[in-house]
Amino acid sequence: MGETRLMKGNEAIAEAAIRAGCDAYFGYPITPQSEIIEYLASQEPHKRTGMVLLQAESELGAINMVYGAAGTGKKAMTSSSSPGISLMQEGLSYMAGSELPCLVVNIVRGGPGLGTIQPSQADYFQATKGGGHGDYKLIVLAPASVQEMSDFVPLAFDLAFKYRNPVMILSDGVIGQMMEKVELFDQMPRATEFDQTWVTTGKTADRERNIHSSLDLDPARFEKHNHHLQEKYKKIIENEVRFEKIQCDDADYVLVAYGSSSRICQKTQKLAREKGIKAGLLRPITLFPFPYEEIEKLANHVKGFLAVELSAGQMVEDVELAVGKKTRIEFYGRIGGMIPTPTEILTVLEEKYLGG
Amino acid sequence: MNEEIIIAGFGGQGILSMGSILSYSGIIENREVSWMPSYGPEMRGGTANVTVILSSERISSPIINTYDTAILLNQQSLDKFENSVRPGGLLLYDTNGITRHPERTDISIYQVEAAAEAGKMASTKTFNMIVLGAYLKIKPLVKFENVITGLKKTLPERHHHLIPLNEEGLKRGMEIVKEVQLG
Repeated sequence: MGETRLMKGNEAIAEAAIRAGCDAYFGYPITPQSEIIEYLASQEPHKRTGMVLLQAESELGAINMVYGAAGTGKKAMTSSSSPGISLMQEGLSYMAGSELPCLVVNIVRGGPGLGTIQPSQADYFQATKGGGHGDYKLIVLAPASVQEMSDFVPLAFDLAFKYRNPVMILSDGVIGQMMEKVELFDQMPRATEFDQTWVTTGKTADRERNIHSSLDLDPARFEKHNHHLQEKYKKIIENEVRFEKIQCDDADYVLVAYGSSSRICQKTQKLAREKGIKAGLLRPITLFPFPYEEIEKLANHVKGFLAVELSAGQMVEDVELAVGKKTRIEFYGRIGGMIPTPTEILTVLEEKYLGG
Repeated sequence: MNEEIIIAGFGGQGILSMGSILSYSGIIENREVSWMPSYGPEMRGGTANVTVILSSERISSPIINTYDTAILLNQQSLDKFENSVRPGGLLLYDTNGITRHPERTDISIYQVEAAAEAGKMASTKTFNMIVLGAYLKIKPLVKFENVITGLKKTLPERHHHLIPLNEEGLKRGMEIVKEVQLG
């Protein structure tokens, strides 16, 4: 059994980073995720594990420091919130192109623009459909509790190194700022078991030199590289889909929600059952790869889905892709930093499907 | 066991730390807990609030809109949350600065003159502990010694010399809390 603590989601990510053997954190403060760098600083990780902690001059600085550290095969990470993550998109595209592993945490706040410091899930498209330029994908994990904020950090590093691809933990102000009980895992070594032959730490006589670049001016060769990336994303889709189902087997109506919305919907689902409405909840844990197949299976027997997001309707498009014309899909979202309550969502479910 | 509490007042009154001390004592007693702040105002001024849930079961939504207990420490919070207390629930408030008192007759209403009392103690920072003491007198959800442990866990080491004073505040709150009879 690990040590149990009461922690904010942001603090749990920071503690988990140290314990997961992260080599370096580069970041720039922004609400609602500044506790990550604040907590790290309080821990003096250079004393605990030798981990580097550096406040960069900007988000651009931070992501490019991550790029450099990742090139040497180190477990590097950064964190920010929406406007800061937008600034990092160029770096993410370059890293995906150069096939370098890293962890990027986005504690989403309301946009567009500088927006608000309140929670939002309106960065779903940016996280799952690209964000930067070019045909690339991030692996995207969506924690729904402080426990998962901790647990997903070592998972993210594993996936990043397994596929040599940036991984994003997509959370928001709700999970980042709330405190819950968290059982911390034991300290892991600052090393990875995955292949390290690609790192740029100095050429040895027995091999060709390693180069990390996303540039290739030969279209034929570059098409091959792009095919290779697409093959990799296909493997990720085959192997890494994660989701949680709550009472979906006999459900007439299934709520689909991730992260903070899924927590609110858990209560809605319970309240609905208490009223005799057969409701279930499907919670995507990986947003890329998205659990299309599972939702498609459910579509064969449920009367309808209700996608709930803190956005104007982004993940619902993936639900629509999965369901097609098989059954009804409704959407409910609050935007601009507002958060729905469980009873509010229940009312929507009743109005849309049961005629009020 | 499931207790859903909102604590609301001005940023700087110690509302968030009151919530975390309560949460920590809940963890010591093997409860599931969630602590959800209205973040932003605690650093920037204005009205702050925190929702604390203590439960014997896994907590679903940390965000709720009705409460078993509301601890309301300024007029704005009283105006905003009085109607969010569930029928049969509890409303605890400090009369300091209150011009419109609670009016509901379907809930229990208690007063604690915490601001006035804190002014008489060695430090006015005991305010939130007086309020917490008052609450725990009405609803003894967690053991007193576990609250003290929670206090130690949440208070930075450099403030640990203030623990006896805070303990005094908790006890004072327990003594001075009184029920209000309406109608």
